[in-house]
Amino acid sequence: MSIPSFEVNLPSSETSEFSSQVHRLRDMWRLVTLNRKVAFGLGILVFFVLVAIFGPIILTKDPNAFSPDILSPPSATHWLGTTQTGQDVFLQVVVGTRVSLLLGFITGLVATIISVVVGLAGGYFGGVIDDVLSMVTNVFLVLPGLPLAIVLAAFLPYKGPLTIGFVTVITGWSWGARVLRSQTLSMRSREFVEASKASGESSMRIIFFEILPNEIAIVAAELLGTIIYAILAETGLEYLGLGDVTTVSWGTMFYWAGNNDAILLGAWWWILPPGLCIAVLGAGLAFINFGIDEIANPRLRKEPGPKVDKISKTREVAA
Amino acid sequence: MTSIRPGEDSTATTNKLLEINNISVDYYAASGTVHALNDVSISLERGKILGLAGESGSGKSTLAYAITRLLHPPAVITGGEVLYYPRSSGGREQQRTPRRAITRVPTRPDTTPAPTDAESAGDGNQRGRERSGYQAQNSPGDITEPVDILQLTAAQLRTFRWSELAIVFQSAMNALNPVLNIGAQITDVLRTHRPSMGADSRRQRALELLRLVGIAPDRIRSYPHELSGGMRQRAIIAIALALAPELIIMDEPTTALDVVVQREILELVRALCREFGMALIFITHDLSLLLEIADEIAIMYAGRIVETATNQELLRQPRHPYSYGLLNSFPSLHGPRRKMTGIPGSPPDLRAVPAGCAFHPRCPMAFEACSRSIPMLRASTAETPEQLVACHLYDPRFNSGEIPTSEDFAAKYEANFEAMIGKRRE
Amino acid sequence: MRHLSRRIGFYLVALWASVTLNFLIPRLTPGNPAGSMMARLHGRVSPQSLHALEIAFGITHDPLWSQYLQYLNNLLHGDLGISITYYPTPVAAVIAQEIPWTLMLVGVSLVISFVLGTLLGVLVAWRRNSTLDSLFSPLFTFFSAIPYFWLALILLYILGYLLNWFPINGGYDTTTTVPELSPDFIWSAFQHGILPAFTIVISSIAGWLLGMRNAMITTLSEDYVLMAEAKGLSQRRIMFAYAARNAILPNITSFALSLGFVVSGALLTEIVFSYPGIGYALYQAVENLDYALLQGLFLIIAIAVLGANFLADLIYVALDPRVRLERN
Repeated sequence: MSIPSFEVNLPSSETSEFSSQVHRLRDMWRLVTLNRKVAFGLGILVFFVLVAIFGPIILTKDPNAFSPDILSPPSATHWLGTTQTGQDVFLQVVVGTRVSLLLGFITGLVATIISVVVGLAGGYFGGVIDDVLSMVTNVFLVLPGLPLAIVLAAFLPYKGPLTIGFVTVITGWSWGARVLRSQTLSMRSREFVEASKASGESSMRIIFFEILPNEIAIVAAELLGTIIYAILAETGLEYLGLGDVTTVSWGTMFYWAGNNDAILLGAWWWILPPGLCIAVLGAGLAFINFGIDEIANPRLRKEPGPKVDKISKTREVAA
Repeated sequence: MTSIRPGEDSTATTNKLLEINNISVDYYAASGTVHALNDVSISLERGKILGLAGESGSGKSTLAYAITRLLHPPAVITGGEVLYYPRSSGGREQQRTPRRAITRVPTRPDTTPAPTDAESAGDGNQRGRERSGYQAQNSPGDITEPVDILQLTAAQLRTFRWSELAIVFQSAMNALNPVLNIGAQITDVLRTHRPSMGADSRRQRALELLRLVGIAPDRIRSYPHELSGGMRQRAIIAIALALAPELIIMDEPTTALDVVVQREILELVRALCREFGMALIFITHDLSLLLEIADEIAIMYAGRIVETATNQELLRQPRHPYSYGLLNSFPSLHGPRRKMTGIPGSPPDLRAVPAGCAFHPRCPMAFEACSRSIPMLRASTAETPEQLVACHLYDPRFNSGEIPTSEDFAAKYEANFEAMIGKRRE
Repeated sequence: MRHLSRRIGFYLVALWASVTLNFLIPRLTPGNPAGSMMARLHGRVSPQSLHALEIAFGITHDPLWSQYLQYLNNLLHGDLGISITYYPTPVAAVIAQEIPWTLMLVGVSLVISFVLGTLLGVLVAWRRNSTLDSLFSPLFTFFSAIPYFWLALILLYILGYLLNWFPINGGYDTTTTVPELSPDFIWSAFQHGILPAFTIVISSIAGWLLGMRNAMITTLSEDYVLMAEAKGLSQRRIMFAYAARNAILPNITSFALSLGFVVSGALLTEIVFSYPGIGYALYQAVENLDYALLQGLFLIIAIAVLGANFLADLIYVALDPRVRLERN
C-alpha cells in the first residue's frame, strides 16, 4: 500500500514544450562535447571535411599530370612519392578526399533516409505494411552486399560514381531499417504516442515530430555507420574497376596501384596513404558512434567517483 | 529480545545473530554525493523477523546490500561494521559442515548440539550438526565470536554467502537467469558450497526445496519465463533456502505480486521461518505487512533509523511522528471514522538533506530544536526503554513538555492538513 | 519448432529472391552487355548451352514467364552456363573447384575470429575499468574501420614482400605440389593461407569483441548477475554461465547479420592474395565481363550466406530457451 502524500506547494507553472526541447538539445550538446570519444572522432571528421573542401582549392595542380619521376618514394618534391606514371600521390590523396567523401556522405545520407522511412513506417503502422516491409528489409539484409553490388555494377552500362552510389544505397539501407523498426515498435506502445493518437494527431505528424526526435541518437549512429559502410564499399568497387577509373579518388588509386602491381614493385607509398585515410576516417566515425552508444546507454559510461577503497570493491576483492 | 543499544556489551546474550554498527554508505553521483545511509545501527537475534520499513530513498535496500557486500561503485561503504555471530564454535571454516536436511520433520526438544555423524541429504560421510527448529536458539555452548562481514576476504566472503546469509531480490523475473532452468539455479549453489554432494543428492535436495515452497516437482526443468509471477517468487525462496542459511534478507518480495499471491507468499515465509528457525530481514514500504509478520520493526527515513519497536509496541504507541503518519496512512477496517491526512510533502532529495532532523519540514510536531540538531536513536521513555526513537520530543534536553500520545499526533496532523487545505483555497 | 519453421520459410523466400534477382538483373539493366559475349560464343558451344545462356541473360524472345521457368529448370539441373574466362568449363565446374578454398579460408577465419573476439570481449568487459579496456576498445574500434583489402595489401607488403615470412600469392605452391592429400600439399596450403586468414581475422574480430563487450556490460548490471554474486558462486561460473551465456545472444544475432559483410571482405582479401577461391574468380569475372560466371558466383555466395545465417539461427535457438516456445 502506498502512503498517500501530496505537495504542499502546488506546482502551478507548466514547463513549455519548447523550453524542454531546448533543454534536451543543450543537454545533448553538453554530453556530446564532454564525451572524449565523440570529441576525438568529431575532430577527425572535421579534419577530413576541411581537407575535402579546401584541399583542391589550395592545391591547384592537376593530380593526373604525368611527370618524369616514375615510382619514386616520398621526397621533398613529391611528399608521398609518385605513381607508375609519375603522378604525385600526395596530390591525388588530397584531391581524392573530396570525391570519396562526397560520394560516401551522399550515399550514406540517401541510404539512411530510405532506412528511416522504411523502418519507421513498418514499425509504426504494423500489420500488413510491416509484414511486407520487414520481409523486404530482411531479404536485403541477408543477401551479401558486395557480391550483389558487383553483379549490379557489372551489368550497368555506365561505370562511374552514380553506378557505385546506386548499388551501395541498394545494399546499405537494410541494416538501419531493421534497427529503426524495432526501436519504433517499442516506442509505439509508449504513452506519449498513445496520447498523441488520442488527441487526434495525424500519423505523419506523430512519426516525424514525436517518434523521430526520440530516435535521433540511433538515426545519427545509423547515418555514421552507413557512411563508413558506403566509403568501404565504394572503395572496394572502385578497386575492382567498377567505378570511373579516370577520376581521382581513394578507390581508383587502389585500382591503378593494383593494376600496376605496386606491391610487387615495392611502392608502398602508393598504397599506404589512401588506405590510411579510409582507416582513420572510418575510425573517427566509429569513435563517434561508440560515444553515442555510451550517451544513449548510460551503463556503458565510465563510472564516476573516487578510487574506491578495499571494502566496497566487492568485485575486485572477490576476483 | 529486542535490539541492543549500539555499544552495549553483546557477549552476554548468545542469541544475537547480527549486529550492525554505525554503517554509512555514500553514492558518488556527478551532481553530488548522496548519503544513502548515515550511521545506522541495529541488531538481530536468531530466528527473529526484523522488518525494515520506509519510503523510497529511505535507504532500506541500501542497508540490505551493504550488509551483504553487494554494493558496487559508485556506492561506497564509508564506515561501520557488520558483526555476524556464527553458530559453530570452532571458527569460520566449519561453516562448511552441512546442517540437517530441510525436511518437514517436526522439531525435537533436545537441543544439545553434539557433533554426530548425522546424515544430511543422503550424504553420509560428513560431520553434521543437528539443528532442531527454533528451539536451538537457546542452546548453550555457542561461543559467539563475531566476524565483521565487511572485513572478510574474498574467499571467506564467498564461503559465507548463501550458506549463512541469503537474499531474496525484489523482482524474481529479473533475479533468475533466463537461460538456466530453476533446477540448475538451485543445484549450482549446492555444487559450489557442498562439493561433496553427488549429482543425485543435489537433485534430491532441489526437489525437496521445490516441494517445500509449493512448486510441483516436474517443474524442476522449467525456465523462468515458463513460470508465473508467484511461482518465480517461490523459486527464488527455494534457492534461498538451499543451504539452510541462518539469515535471509527479503527485499520487497511481494511488491510485484497481486494481493492473493502476496498472502500466499507471506504465509509460506512465515511458516518456513518458524520451522527452521531462520532469522529474516523483511524490507518493504508496506508497513501493514510488517505489523503482521515481523517481531521487530525498524522505520527508516532519509538514510537513518528513526524508530525501532516490536510490532505490538509500534501498533500500540508509535513514538516518532513519521511512524505515526505511516501507520495511519492506510484505513483500518475497524475503529472510528477519521480523516485520512497522510504525510504532507515528499522524502527529501538525498543530495540536500534538511539540516537537523531530516523529517522536520514535513513534521507537524516540529519545533526549533528540530532544525538545529540531528536526533540520535535512543530509548523513548523510561517505561518503554526498548522502543527506540530518534526524535527530540523524547529528549528532555530539548523538550521540556509532555511526551506526545497518539491523540496528540492525530490532532496535530489534522490541524496541519486543515491549514494546508485552507492555504490552497486562497 | 514454430520459430524455426518461420525462419526456414524466410530463408526460402530469401533464396527465391536471390534467384529471381539474378534472373532480373540482366533484364533490367539498360543496354545489352551480354549480347556481344554471346556473339563470340556462337558456333563454339552446344545449342543447349547457348540456349541456356540466352535464358540466363534474357536475350531470347520468349515471354518472360517462360524464360523464368526455363531458368529455374536450368538451375535445378545445375546448369549455370559456360564461363568465358575458363572457357569451355561450365560455370558450375569452375565454382566447384574454387569453393573448397574459400570455404576453408573463410570458415576457419570466421570461427577463430568469432571465438577469439567473444572471449576477449568477455575478458575486457570483466576488467572494465582497467587499462586493458582503455587500450583494447579504442584499438579495436580502429581495427573495425580498416578496409579489408587495404589491410591485406599492407600485410602482403610487410610480411610477404619485405620480410618474406609468408608466400605472397596463390593457395599453394604450384611448382612443388599438386592438390592432393599429402603432407607437402597440406603444409603448403597452410602456409599460403595464413596471411589471408590473418587479414580476415583482424578485420572482423573488432566487431565481435566490441559487441560482446557492450553486451556483457549491460548484462553484468542485471539482477541475476547480482544474485549469482550473492550466491557466492565462483567468478568463473558467474562470468560464463550467468553473464556471457546471456550476453552472447545478441552477439550471435549480429554475427548472422554481418556475415554478408565479412564474406564480402574475405572475397576482397582473396583477390589481393590471388587466393584461388571464389573471390578471385569474382575478380576475373568482372575483369573479363564474364557474366555467366558473375551470376553463378553471386548465387552461390548468396546461398552460402543464407545457409550460414540459418546455422546461426539454429545455434541461437539452442542457446535461448525463450524462443523455443511459441512467440506471442
